[in-house]
Amino acid sequence: LVPWVPVVGLEVHAQISSNSKLFSGSQVQFAAPPNSLVSFFDASLPGTLPVLNRRCVEAAVMTGLALNCRVNKKSLFDRKHYFYADLPAGYQITQQRVPIAVNGSLSYSVCVDNKMSQMVTKTVRIKQIQLEQDSGKSLHDDTRSQTLVDLNRAGVGLMEVVMEPDMCCGEEAAAAVRELQLILQTLGSSQAVMAEGQLRVDANVSVHHPGEPYGVRTEVKNINSLRFLAKAVDYEIQRQIEELENGGTILNETRAFDSKLGCTISMRDKEGKQDYRFMPEPNLPPLILYDAKSLPANMNHQQVVNINSIHERLPDLPSVKRAKLVEQYGILPEHSFTLLNEDGLTEFFENVVNQTQMKPKKVIGWILKDLLSYLRQHSLTVKESPVSSFLLADLLNLLEKKEISSTAAKQVLAELWKGEGKTPLDIVKENKLELIQDQKELEKICQAVIDGRENEVITGSLC
Amino acid sequence: AVKGTLRFQVSAALREGQITPTELCQRCLSLIKSTKFLNAYITVTEETALKQAEESEERFRRGQPLGVLDGIPVAVKDNFNTAGIETTCASNMLKGYISPYNATVVQKLLDQGAVLVGKTNLDEFAMGSGSTDGVFGPVRNPWSYSRQYKEKSAPKSHSEDKESKWVISGGSSGGSAAAVSSFTCFAALGSDTGGSTRNPAAHCGVVGVKPTYGLISRHGLIPLVNSMDVPGILTRCVDDAAVVLGALAGHDPKDSTTVQDKFKPFELPNLPDVSKLSIGIPKEYHAPGLSGEILALWSKAADLFKNAGAKVIEVSLPHTPYSIVCYHVLCTAEVASNMARFDGLEYGHRSDTTKSTESMYAATRREGFNAVVRGRILSGNYFLLKQNYERYFVKAQQVRRLIAHDFSKVFGSGVDVLLTPTTLTDAAPYTEFIKEDNRTRSAQDDILTQAANMAGLPAINVPAALSERGLPVGLQFIGRSFQEKQLLTVAKWFEKQVEFPMIQLEEVKRHDHGVLQHQKSASFS
Repeated sequence: LVPWVPVVGLEVHAQISSNSKLFSGSQVQFAAPPNSLVSFFDASLPGTLPVLNRRCVEAAVMTGLALNCRVNKKSLFDRKHYFYADLPAGYQITQQRVPIAVNGSLSYSVCVDNKMSQMVTKTVRIKQIQLEQDSGKSLHDDTRSQTLVDLNRAGVGLMEVVMEPDMCCGEEAAAAVRELQLILQTLGSSQAVMAEGQLRVDANVSVHHPGEPYGVRTEVKNINSLRFLAKAVDYEIQRQIEELENGGTILNETRAFDSKLGCTISMRDKEGKQDYRFMPEPNLPPLILYDAKSLPANMNHQQVVNINSIHERLPDLPSVKRAKLVEQYGILPEHSFTLLNEDGLTEFFENVVNQTQMKPKKVIGWILKDLLSYLRQHSLTVKESPVSSFLLADLLNLLEKKEISSTAAKQVLAELWKGEGKTPLDIVKENKLELIQDQKELEKICQAVIDGRENEVITGSLC
Repeated sequence: AVKGTLRFQVSAALREGQITPTELCQRCLSLIKSTKFLNAYITVTEETALKQAEESEERFRRGQPLGVLDGIPVAVKDNFNTAGIETTCASNMLKGYISPYNATVVQKLLDQGAVLVGKTNLDEFAMGSGSTDGVFGPVRNPWSYSRQYKEKSAPKSHSEDKESKWVISGGSSGGSAAAVSSFTCFAALGSDTGGSTRNPAAHCGVVGVKPTYGLISRHGLIPLVNSMDVPGILTRCVDDAAVVLGALAGHDPKDSTTVQDKFKPFELPNLPDVSKLSIGIPKEYHAPGLSGEILALWSKAADLFKNAGAKVIEVSLPHTPYSIVCYHVLCTAEVASNMARFDGLEYGHRSDTTKSTESMYAATRREGFNAVVRGRILSGNYFLLKQNYERYFVKAQQVRRLIAHDFSKVFGSGVDVLLTPTTLTDAAPYTEFIKEDNRTRSAQDDILTQAANMAGLPAINVPAALSERGLPVGLQFIGRSFQEKQLLTVAKWFEKQVEFPMIQLEEVKRHDHGVLQHQKSASFS
């Protein structure tokens, strides 16, 4: 059988974390009462004009720099036309011709054979990042044959990050998006919470035989989590392979992922009918960005976005943070990976380390094995942990000072999970788990045992 | 006072207490009523106008008028948003639409104390050159009822024939031009995309200014072609236009296409001197269809400048013949885009169809837009199709650049101002005008005006003389980018030379008592 090469590309829409929308001053807020955050411009009232939000530009520049892109000093805005209830103007303002950033890369890690200890670094090329408007939301009420439109989200700033088809499976896609998510959250340019719609992913999937040109691709939408992303991509790859092996063809179409059934379903014919009639946005002059070299002396700094100053203010990206953790604490790379992957875990770990004499190399085991597995079992986030870093540090100190055994420590931890407000010391005392350190005390006990079991001991020693 | 000019007569009269803002407002409102047959107004804002007049009066009483425009009745074309007042664009699509905000230019006028007397009639969505294609009917040129026109038109004693002989006001800002021409206001806002302020100004014998693109905010002006639209100013004399321009110009953060440079309001010299100027006569503006008498007038005007010592030279703008077609492509493409928002969902007309969203869109747009608008939308969408985009839209943009370059070359060679005709003929009788469709008419009538929109340059129509039929004919000056002061100075000089006659409106005279005879240097015909 000739092998198949799956090819996966992604279009990620990240909602920009900003106070107001991309082209208007209305507020950005999740789950506000319907149509309460809609300015005249958002509602497309005639005569209104777009005014570019500086913060959104900065967010896009930050993201572009973090993804090793070339930030275009001049980028343009365009109109993309189509009619839909959640698109009041009948067009979306986007950047089709010259986007704000191009030609970057994103490095991410995947586990080989599901072993955390064998991680491989992969890279996906970033084709471009473009600024564009989000649409409103429409809900179809079939019983009353009506569509309910909420424009709160209409006009919110988005960064569309286009990843080239360098990925080969669901796991890679999910890992890449996860890393992007961490980067965005670190930058603060997007909160990137998928559940709140702040990060939306569409996957482009195709398969081909090695040496042959790429196959027809489908676009998979309606993916609401990283787990579903991996599932959807893998399902689609499988579906396409089966289809082709049965002599069928792949249509260039859009498919929706059904999370309940775990499969993709054809949505509409992507090609042909939809001509977006792209046209330059005449109300927005080209977006000009400056760097230290090109910045004119007498320019008002309020009016200018300086790429260099943004670069200087970039925080440590996840990859840098991981390397620092490894170096600082002597933990393994895969440890640092898990630390960063779990929201708040790094902070927790560092807090424990700061409050205990136990070596970080040992602390990490408690964090990753005991704490994390418990949290996962009970679907809790680090922030929701009934065991605080203070309590855990306390417990580990007892262990470190050899006041309890490690078996006892695990027992105490199990008690602490109950969150009854007891300290580790309380629990140790209650359950008489103290390790006896006193030499004489120990001798006494041993002697008592031997005395009580004289015969057996003598018998034993003759064997 | 009503027939006076803003800057020198009425403003002074108000300040000196010769007339109060309320009296002035009432006169204008009454004149609007008695000239209703002109159909220049869609909405007359009587209540708010009187209220604004009262407030103005209070300021005058305290000796604290806001400026030259305080208490001055003005009218605004019905494609500008006016808070709390219906804004229709003369379309079924927006009938009953009450704007929730003021366009920046409207706000600026109100902030100066101007009194808004009404919203004026236009071609639907400003598409047209006659103000004949709006849902509220055509605008009649006030000169149709002037003694000057009646004397010249072959008298067939039947009043019916007189009816049918009324002439168009030009367009698409015909209502505003007619309003200023018939003394119902002292200044009016129009819009100019391909000549829509200068064309009706020429036909109605008033001053019409197209400012440089980017000088005056378009926020609140319902767009036709975003990259060419400008708010236009219509007044009875050039000095008045300078006053209004001064009140309106300047950067608006709400309009990203306005320039950031600080605008310095200017006053025109009392005795302009043109002897040091170079006046260019573009030969391509001797366009097919240009009437003999306008050609002669143009030539006479050139001589006036020559005799005053100015350098008058023939220049060439070689890409002029391509501008109509180029304009057609770019205009319709933007129209198709700008009109996409009218879907009946958020505001405006919504069809009763409940079958599906799509069918509701289709029915709403068919019912809401007239054939002219629909035609342009279809054309525009065609040009924007992926397979046509390069060939039409991009090509037209490239030609546009060439057209703009023609001008910059000429101005760069030392020419200060261009002198051209504004229209090919004087105003046509309505019955003649409607024999051709809107597209044909627009293509014919825009030829002399729309290149200035392509290049974003300032231009002004100055009434020059009466035609053989007794109707106004104007001439156009085109200036350099942001050199409105120089442009209006030249225009003012020319205005002083030609002494264009004041309209003698017969029907109106009956109703307007106590008119102060003004002392403009005009001679009366």
